[in-house]
Amino acid sequence: MKRTFLATALAGLTLAAFSGTAIAQKKYDSGATDKEIKLGNVNPYSGPASAYGAIGKTMDAYFKMINASGGVNGRQIKFISLDDGYNPAKTVEQIRKLVEEEEVLATVGVLGTPPNSAIHKYMNQKRMPQLFVATGATKWGDPKNFPWTMGWQPNYQGESKIYAQHLLETKPNAKIGILYQNDDYGKDYLKGFLDGLGDKAKTMVVKQLTYEVTDPTIDSQMVELKASGADVFFNITTPKFAAQAIKKAAEIGWKPQHYLNNVSNSVGAVMMPAGPENGVGILSVFYLKDPTDAQWHNTPEYKEWLGFMQKHMPTGDLKDLNHVFGYTMAQGVVQVLKQAGNELTRANIMKQAANIDMNLPMLLPGVNVKTGPDDFYPIERGQLARWNGKTWVLEGKVFGR
Amino acid sequence: MNASNKKLVWIGGLVLLAVLCVLPFLVKNFRVFQFNMVMIYAIAILGLNILTGYNGQISLGHGAFYAIGAYGAAILMDGAGVPYWATLPFAAVLCFVFGFLMGFPALRLGGHYLALATFALALAVPQMLKYKKIEHWTGGVQGIVLSKPEPPFELSILGQPLSADRWLYFYTLFVLLIMFLIAWRLLRGRVGRALVAIRDHPIAASAMGINLPVFKSITFGVSAAFTGVAGGLSASVVAFVSPDSFTSFLSITLLVGVVVGGLASIPGAIAGAIFIQYVPNVADEISKSAPWAIYGTFLILLMYLMPSGAAGLVSKIWSRLRPASTSATSSPEGKLS
Repeated sequence: MKRTFLATALAGLTLAAFSGTAIAQKKYDSGATDKEIKLGNVNPYSGPASAYGAIGKTMDAYFKMINASGGVNGRQIKFISLDDGYNPAKTVEQIRKLVEEEEVLATVGVLGTPPNSAIHKYMNQKRMPQLFVATGATKWGDPKNFPWTMGWQPNYQGESKIYAQHLLETKPNAKIGILYQNDDYGKDYLKGFLDGLGDKAKTMVVKQLTYEVTDPTIDSQMVELKASGADVFFNITTPKFAAQAIKKAAEIGWKPQHYLNNVSNSVGAVMMPAGPENGVGILSVFYLKDPTDAQWHNTPEYKEWLGFMQKHMPTGDLKDLNHVFGYTMAQGVVQVLKQAGNELTRANIMKQAANIDMNLPMLLPGVNVKTGPDDFYPIERGQLARWNGKTWVLEGKVFGR
Repeated sequence: MNASNKKLVWIGGLVLLAVLCVLPFLVKNFRVFQFNMVMIYAIAILGLNILTGYNGQISLGHGAFYAIGAYGAAILMDGAGVPYWATLPFAAVLCFVFGFLMGFPALRLGGHYLALATFALALAVPQMLKYKKIEHWTGGVQGIVLSKPEPPFELSILGQPLSADRWLYFYTLFVLLIMFLIAWRLLRGRVGRALVAIRDHPIAASAMGINLPVFKSITFGVSAAFTGVAGGLSASVVAFVSPDSFTSFLSITLLVGVVVGGLASIPGAIAGAIFIQYVPNVADEISKSAPWAIYGTFLILLMYLMPSGAAGLVSKIWSRLRPASTSATSSPEGKLS
């Protein structure tokens, strides 16, 4: 009896000792040391999409703030962000510089669908984390074929499933008219929507029309949609066409229940040019706290963000949602690094990234970041907001997984 | 003395060749990739220089030919399984035809009007590439992802293996030498003189019996073919093509390369290529807020310091040093003989 106890105790002790060393043992891939973690990023600081450059700058400022307060697990983050001007050929060059010359531990937040497409295969061949890509295409969450690539924001298909779900719950006998841009983006949204409706798609969808991004207007499509007798309109268009569609619907007196994709729910670029009174009642999905929305201004989360902006990005535009986006993404990255602890290998970065369940301050209440070994879509929830002629007003529950 | 000069040139050439052969094994693959891009841009700039520098026709649309060459090669590799080395002649012919056709309106348009017409081409091509009817070839907005060609044999120099990038380096270098040789043969003879004559005085040129329409159209075709070959090479080196890779800004970048390198200069193309490859990177490192302002400053400074491009600067320095160097080399030779 006594001997058994001793043996068990000994075994327990050894086990504890072993697992103890396993935890304490430091494991590094290139790009990580006792003092530093090197992260790479490519952003369009120049060129047609340079407005998104604000995201990279915000991430940089956030990591600097983290470094000033001691870093992550005692290590400083060295964030190397390069410019590709939204040109995929340049993205390839810059990413190769980061991977082969700077030897970063991982890349985070590379922006845009074409730039990420250009490096997708390369990153997976090199077994280099292409973490939290800043694009909404659905193809980034494919851990079976691309285990080194992970998305971030709600993907297009996930977002349109929210519209479908809302429709099934509130208006199950709707007659739906759809207008979509004839490319991968439009088809991505369409697929999610039809999947979300399931078997009912056949009976509910009465008209599907397309336009080319090179078309001057979509007036004839709008007239045709009205003539089809549809009482619900799913508007899968980019900003210029979204504004045209809203305006034209008002002109021809068509008043369907109008769902507008997140891509085009910008107040400045779409709702105002379309005529703010024309868009009253339109629904769209949101997942970040809009810094212009006064209801957040007294919350501690907003104040924390504001404090960060004032101290670390004093020249940043406080109305720009991109600053919220970059802030939130940087927090996600820091969480992954924290979880990775002392095992800073590329494999562990991906393993930890696929094991997140958290809330971030500037996400809408109820919207979370959740991943799993076969779920590479971190943010999948969103809330509908209705345009009241002046601003978007959140309504109803939070949708999504 | 003439003979020894020739010998010097030969020795210098061989040393240069040896350096060029060893160079990719001294640096990382990523640097080799950048060298490859420099060589590709040099070919494209050379093509544009034939048109703009020698023939005086301004094109703001050569990015379009670069794109057509790249897509032509990419579609052949991806869709038809043609080996990468066989795609270049096709890219050249394709772009020659497009360039030749573009040359016709160019006959009626001069100077700024031609620049605008070609700029329209640069604006249109990226959008055309997204066109629905050809999407199953071009891949639409997503473009085409390609595989890098593997080296045909294994080799190791200085402990560094012959990687895909290094193999592409030699392949690109080979193409570069051929294209430069073609340009050299073309521009140093009758054809070159005819082109310059058309540029400097078209009426006098036609009075001398030069067929203006034929020469101008063919020049446009040849120039487009050079740029198309560069585009075709870039498809292999970058291993990805998409409409966003070839925006109208590429055309302007190529023109910048021509001017920085030096109008009507063949070796200038390399200096121009180095500029358009590396200066944006330097600008990005200096400022993330306004990289193009930095780029612009570099450009203005360069134009101020060397108004006739890098080639102009070199020949200026050369002509200043020359009297000194001839006397320096002649005196020991005199003693020897």
